Amino acid sequence: MFKALHKYASPMHFYALANAWTPWLFGISATLFLAGLYGGLVLAPADYQQGESFRIIYVHVPSAWLSMFSYLVMAGAGAASLIWKVKLGDAIARASAPLGASFTALALITGSLWGKPMWGAWWVWDARLTSELLLLFLFLGYLALQSAIDDRRAAARAGAVLAVVGVVNIPIIHYSVEWWSTLHQPATISKMGAPSMATSMLIPLLLMALAYQVFYFAVLLVRARCEILEFEKRAQWVKTLASTRLVAHAAP
Amino acid sequence: MMQTLSHFLAMGGYGFFVWSAYGLSALVLVLNVIFAIRRERFLLAELARKATPSAPRVSAAAEAPL
Repeated sequence: MFKALHKYASPMHFYALANAWTPWLFGISATLFLAGLYGGLVLAPADYQQGESFRIIYVHVPSAWLSMFSYLVMAGAGAASLIWKVKLGDAIARASAPLGASFTALALITGSLWGKPMWGAWWVWDARLTSELLLLFLFLGYLALQSAIDDRRAAARAGAVLAVVGVVNIPIIHYSVEWWSTLHQPATISKMGAPSMATSMLIPLLLMALAYQVFYFAVLLVRARCEILEFEKRAQWVKTLASTRLVAHAAP
Repeated sequence: MMQTLSHFLAMGGYGFFVWSAYGLSALVLVLNVIFAIRRERFLLAELARKATPSAPRVSAAAEAPL
């Protein structure tokens, strides 16, 4: 079993696997997006308190979930590269960072566009908002570290340490609406108990969340492939791959 | 027909907020795909050029970094 695991953790096999999976993931994600958008914008009724503005939930909540998920992937993969010296771990951590940063920014911006009509303010120093802003700074700090340190292995170590230490922020974001009951509304969907939402509103939310999730994996694989190409650039299989691609490009 | 469309676009008076949120989300998704794919193309072109020094340069579109 460990032999099989080792095989898939080898950059060459991972690259081939990622290549085969990416088009499928993009296709599945696009289908889920279409279904989720139709459900969320057309089928779901307006909210009795928030009117049509509640529809922002379908882009806000999935990106907020994804912001935390991509952080956990970044920290987990970073820790794996730190502990077991798995090169693939570093590739995945580095691939997850720009995705996570963009979804964190998106969660903050869409939240702000929802906050203005509902709370009357674009921004408040609420616990949920502040901890999510901190998450954005953690991603940006990680990205800055990666570009500031020239030595790849040193950059991987420093980045992994930053990512692992920053994990403490994730439960803070999650529980912030319970620990400090400030302006941000508490979770609509929780593991315990039934969701406090009508089914016709809930299903599009789940579809959109799944669409974002699959989309994340699709882009993650493309970005991880880039990282592999960079650290394996001296390997023979990469040279062969690149020259066959060149021939394909050069042919009219 | 036009009335239903404008009613839909108005989003009960929240049109600006709803459509800005959806538009920016679409932008972030599309840019994520474009940047990732452009970077891979750039890297492969770069590697191919190094592997065969005499080979012609690949299309200019694949040159951009990111």
